[in-house]
Amino acid sequence: MSDDLRIADRTFTSRLFLGTGKFPSNAAMREAAEASGTEMVTVALRRVDPNATGEDILDALDTDRILLLTNTSGAMDAGEAVRLAKLARAAGYPTWIKLEITPEPRHLLPDPVETLKAAETLCADGFTVLPYCPADPILCKRLEEVGCAAVMPLGSWIGSNQGLRTRGALELIVEQSTVPVVVDAGLGAPSHAADAMELGADAVLVNTAIATAGNPAAMARAFKLAVEAGRAGRLAGLPATSSSASASSPLTGFLAKT
Amino acid sequence: MTATPVQLESRPDGVPPDTAAADLLATDLVMLRDVARAATSRDVERALAMERRGLHELAVLLSPAAADRLEDMAQAAHRITVHRFGRAVRLFAPLYLSNECVSVCTYCGFSAGNEIVRRTLTPAEARVEAEVLVERGFRHVLLVAGEHARIVSKDYLVECVEALAPIVPELSLEVQVWDEATYRRLVDAGCDGLVVYQETYDPTTYAEVHRKGKKRNYDWRLAAPDRGAAAGMRRLGIGALLGLHDDWRADALALGTHARALIRRWWRCEVAVAVPRLRPAAGGFEPADPVSDADLVQLICALRLVMPDVGVSLSTREPPALRDALLRLGVTSMSAGSHTEPGGYAAPTDAEPQFAVGDERSPAEVAAVLRAAGYDPVWKDWQRS
Repeated sequence: MSDDLRIADRTFTSRLFLGTGKFPSNAAMREAAEASGTEMVTVALRRVDPNATGEDILDALDTDRILLLTNTSGAMDAGEAVRLAKLARAAGYPTWIKLEITPEPRHLLPDPVETLKAAETLCADGFTVLPYCPADPILCKRLEEVGCAAVMPLGSWIGSNQGLRTRGALELIVEQSTVPVVVDAGLGAPSHAADAMELGADAVLVNTAIATAGNPAAMARAFKLAVEAGRAGRLAGLPATSSSASASSPLTGFLAKT
Repeated sequence: MTATPVQLESRPDGVPPDTAAADLLATDLVMLRDVARAATSRDVERALAMERRGLHELAVLLSPAAADRLEDMAQAAHRITVHRFGRAVRLFAPLYLSNECVSVCTYCGFSAGNEIVRRTLTPAEARVEAEVLVERGFRHVLLVAGEHARIVSKDYLVECVEALAPIVPELSLEVQVWDEATYRRLVDAGCDGLVVYQETYDPTTYAEVHRKGKKRNYDWRLAAPDRGAAAGMRRLGIGALLGLHDDWRADALALGTHARALIRRWWRCEVAVAVPRLRPAAGGFEPADPVSDADLVQLICALRLVMPDVGVSLSTREPPALRDALLRLGVTSMSAGSHTEPGGYAAPTDAEPQFAVGDERSPAEVAAVLRAAGYDPVWKDWQRS
């Protein structure tokens, strides 16, 4: 049975999405994209340069296989994010938008108020919206209600490589969501990605851990395997964890025999 | 020609409360300087081992004792920079609009007393310069001018920004300081960033080297980044011109303190610092405290270790070999192929440059060096919405 991921009207075989910042070169980014098997990469509109003298970031991607998810990185409020999304559409890019509104440039934490506002406007305008958002179960439901195609809560501070610091909230979000849940930030090791998939995330988005690795392509492959392993583990039915030991030979087994 | 009287804005003495400038003035920099003087190898060890560092650690890492641990500092600074910024360096170019200046500053080639060829570009000429820079790949241009409120007026600057904004995705400004209303006009015209170097944070030295002109007002200049941020500038650049003050560590401490205060007060702004060293210029000023290459490395590493997210900008004042080495230690943006005289890109004349450039490589050559070092030269990193 196939285990494809469906977001809006599109089907994805790979559950690993890739961010394109911080790579040492376009070539390194292309190799990592290949090795990861990803079918969706996110690109900052502010980095895209249609008039580039050399190779632009978009030239390095196989856009037949990979869906381009332009992001609104740099937007500080809903108005700016909406304008950036419209610029992307006017420039002929896919109308899939990763909504990012991060008023503070150092930790890039998403602004929940502005994100909801922009999501509502963009969904009404026909965009397929995937919002990067705080791991807040109520906010994720509200984003779903205004028409977002997925929600992308953060696992921990972006770029922090800390793994799933928001575990409790993510568990609730996964449990309650009717749209795919993509864990978006803070995954620093393949094991973190496997962890997110075991927890029930539908996909993960990784950037820093791959882009800044000594060998980005090798790390991309490691994340690919981890995402597949985590997903397979989830589907196989993970055993419940328990704080007390559970003997494999029950001490009261003899009772049934009498 | 009759002189037009210049209207002076009212400039209250001191700095406004609730600003980064006020925070800086309220900080005990003398105590921090003493920490830097007295730090031992044990203090350095402790500062290196910490995960989150503050101003006390900045002082320790700027100390002579920390100089013995320079390689360890460099390794840590490199790791943090790659983690926070990736293997990427933003490139930008300065565009000099005018070398007219009414201020007398002992260290600057544009100083009013210097017998040099003066030139001011028209907004149309500025646009032609920008077209050359865009052709060379630049998408971030820093507009620079001397201080002349009549010739380099606020209306003139607004016109220049308006002329360039349609072709340059990111524009910053490094000119005389203005009031908040003028900064707002510039932001509305398409200006994204404001660069104001305090030059030296030591008030006595500041008074000695700024002998005449509006720039003499230390407090008015110190609070300029606050006014720019209040007006909506997204990026703030501050800096100290190393070599002016006879104690570079004191200026470095003040610079770090100022950057932290700006980040706290103006949490939406991206803050970058620069630590240019004095270069030969018309006027023949000699540095009071020459900063060695090792000092500069220690300073950049210390700033990076204490402020992992702050941008560090490096100009073409420094020679190629040093620039190539510094990029691994914390530098996040660089100018390249710079001309520091008005019209230098499209229509060179005898107009005097502000300072002698140390790295004369073309932008393409600098980009190639970055790529060879495993870094992505980032030309475009902003899209006005």
